Amino acid sequence: MFGLELSFIWAGIIAFAVLTYVILDGFDLGVALLFPVTKDEGERNVMMNSVAPVWDGNETWLVLGGGGLFAVFPLAYAVVMPALYMPIILMLLGLVFRGVAFEYRWRTKGWKPLWDMAFFGGSLTAAMCQGIALGALVQGIEVTGRAYSGGWWDWLTPFSIVTGIAVTAGYALLGATWLVLKLEGRVQAHMRELAWPLTLATLVFMAIFSLWTPFTEAVYFERWFTWPTAIFSVTVPFLVLLCAGGVFYGLRNYHDATPFLCALALFVLGFAGIGISFYPWLVPPSLTIEQAAAPDESLAFTLVGTLVLIPLILAYTAYAYWVFRGKIDPEEGYH
Amino acid sequence: MPDAMTAELLARIQFAFTVSFHIVFPAFSIGLASYLAVLNGLWLWTRDEAYHTLFNYWKKIFAVAFGMGVVSGLVMSYQFGTNWSVFADKAGPVVGPLMAYEVLSAFFLEAGFLGIMLFGRNRVGDGLHMAATAMVAFGTLLSATWILSVNSWMHTPAGYGINDVGQFVPVDWWKIVFNPSFPYRLVHMVLAAYLTTALVVGAVAAWHLLHDNRNRAARRSFSMSMWMLCIVTPLQIFAGDQHGLNTLEHQPAKVMAMEGHYDSHPDGAPLILFGIPNSEEKRVDYAVQIPKLSSLILKHDLNAPLAGLDTIPEADQPPVGIVFWSFRVMISLGFLMLGLGFWGLWARMRDRLYDAPWLHRAAVAMGPAGFVAVLAGWITTEVGRQPFTVYGLLRTADSLAPVQAPAVAASLIAFVVVYFFVFGAGVYYILRMMAKEPTPAARLGLRDGPVRAAGSVAAHDDDQNPAMAE
Repeated sequence: MFGLELSFIWAGIIAFAVLTYVILDGFDLGVALLFPVTKDEGERNVMMNSVAPVWDGNETWLVLGGGGLFAVFPLAYAVVMPALYMPIILMLLGLVFRGVAFEYRWRTKGWKPLWDMAFFGGSLTAAMCQGIALGALVQGIEVTGRAYSGGWWDWLTPFSIVTGIAVTAGYALLGATWLVLKLEGRVQAHMRELAWPLTLATLVFMAIFSLWTPFTEAVYFERWFTWPTAIFSVTVPFLVLLCAGGVFYGLRNYHDATPFLCALALFVLGFAGIGISFYPWLVPPSLTIEQAAAPDESLAFTLVGTLVLIPLILAYTAYAYWVFRGKIDPEEGYH
Repeated sequence: MPDAMTAELLARIQFAFTVSFHIVFPAFSIGLASYLAVLNGLWLWTRDEAYHTLFNYWKKIFAVAFGMGVVSGLVMSYQFGTNWSVFADKAGPVVGPLMAYEVLSAFFLEAGFLGIMLFGRNRVGDGLHMAATAMVAFGTLLSATWILSVNSWMHTPAGYGINDVGQFVPVDWWKIVFNPSFPYRLVHMVLAAYLTTALVVGAVAAWHLLHDNRNRAARRSFSMSMWMLCIVTPLQIFAGDQHGLNTLEHQPAKVMAMEGHYDSHPDGAPLILFGIPNSEEKRVDYAVQIPKLSSLILKHDLNAPLAGLDTIPEADQPPVGIVFWSFRVMISLGFLMLGLGFWGLWARMRDRLYDAPWLHRAAVAMGPAGFVAVLAGWITTEVGRQPFTVYGLLRTADSLAPVQAPAVAASLIAFVVVYFFVFGAGVYYILRMMAKEPTPAARLGLRDGPVRAAGSVAAHDDDQNPAMAE
């Protein structure tokens, strides 16, 4: 009984790490996705500087998501990684290009356009691959014994492509609303305009994803269309519309923080929706949370430190955000 | 594709390639983070402008190196799953928690405070900025601690049991973390990181001294780096010797390969200085050797018997040639570092530390020696533990993911192309930054006011001027 509880606590912690990753790196990937919107070097500089002090901490949540899965659900990790081989490798390569662009961009004049491209292209690749990986996971992973037994291209389907576009559109929305919050002047006005179509695109793709998901697995269908869990089917879309309304309201009334916070809430809701479908699976339709869990000794040992360290991490991360609060000063930067 | 290129071989090449690229950056950034903390502390304490100049100079280089370390490390953390998923499943319950602790306690700390260290001095003030710099340095050391604990456990597994599905399960965490080779490996690696950084800092300083030996910042950093070399190199040689004895106790086959001992020596083994290991004939060709010395070094007794590879089943033997040579590269560089350190000491005693062009040229030449030694050392220890991933318990061949050779080949090619391009560019930018003299902001005439007024920090760092962006 105790072991059962531990694995569920851990599923919650991993879900929290992944959600935190998605909303934090989501907006800084989104900022990169919006780079082509302006050709002006100064404007690109402030866009990048709005995330430069925090992006590294944001991306660390991805390492925690992967590392945490390895630590407490090694079987799930061992099954999912080979199944998503290509999107994972492509995502990593994308993140390599984008990560180095933060420094390289300032170290060259002639090659600056190249690193701008790397920043945008790397982020686009990473965002698409993360969405595709999510879609592939939702549609199910084939397992025989303790190993992945599906095909090489199983991850590539119309459904996973739609998920990829949905996540990318959502990240761009997060990036645009973040820039509305952090910048002033011409770029801000531009982002405020862009946030409208991006919100609509995010809503449309969320709707397609949500309507499609129940038809990829019988159990999802049951979860969303039978009592009592069908209650989610009514409430979640209602809340989504409420949040989208919040984005529009904030944009129209020049409340700079509201659109960003409402866009974050949209992601939380989408994530909750996926959680509702998945439970109690970790890798549908093959592994439940319990089956994939490491022995109790591993779960307990890791949990002790995690319960101390995660609040500490959240505290100093919040402090770092506090230090760099307010609008970006175009003159500032360490480069 | 030739048949010999199996998925296993390709996956091994891929791991070796990505980890070799990765190790270079932490080796540099562990040392550099501590150096930055020391420089920042000395500046706050003495208000000597040279320290401030050096801090700002190395800070930018650190940022580029750290960025490369982060992205190449990210790749590593996922590779256990993509290419070595059987290892991940089996060793995950033991290895995974240690890596999770690395992320939670160290990685977040570095990443969280890096922003404040790089961009925040004017926002948080000197005290908190110092604290952030110290946190980054502490984070890099903590990170090394966890990673070396994991790595050491794979070499000298302890505190585990094996369950009914063949997974390693933790029995005693204390024994797992503090496994027999961990303390030796950790000390050896951290000292190696400090030496690597000292050599780079020394080379850059020497380069600038050769052009202008009155540059105060260059003088200061050259002096610091020479002190570091002559103090740390002897410590490192001692630590390396202790590590070797530990390896002999727990992984004798590795030491046999390092020493080139194909045969057992019942009455004292010679030290083979040079030679060409011939694994077909099971002997070292053209060997130059000193009788009995190997026994003296390893057993502290001239006539102590020493077992050879003939006592190890063929299937469990590591490849001798690579281990033999990489070990010699590391040792030779270690002694060259010692020589440079003592040369520096001698020049200092004669009061010619800043006026010794040949010393400076030697220091420039030795700049990359730390990286080469670190890589050689890792090759020695990692190739030397083959054919196992978990020593004696899990074979490399049995750790592989169910992936096909073309997939691993494609991703390997992608990594090679991207790494050479991306990290090549990074190294180029770092070298270009190093080619610039460390100069205090005031001398460049970029600012109107005095460098500091009444002991307070100037409002803007030199590097915040757009003219310096290049």
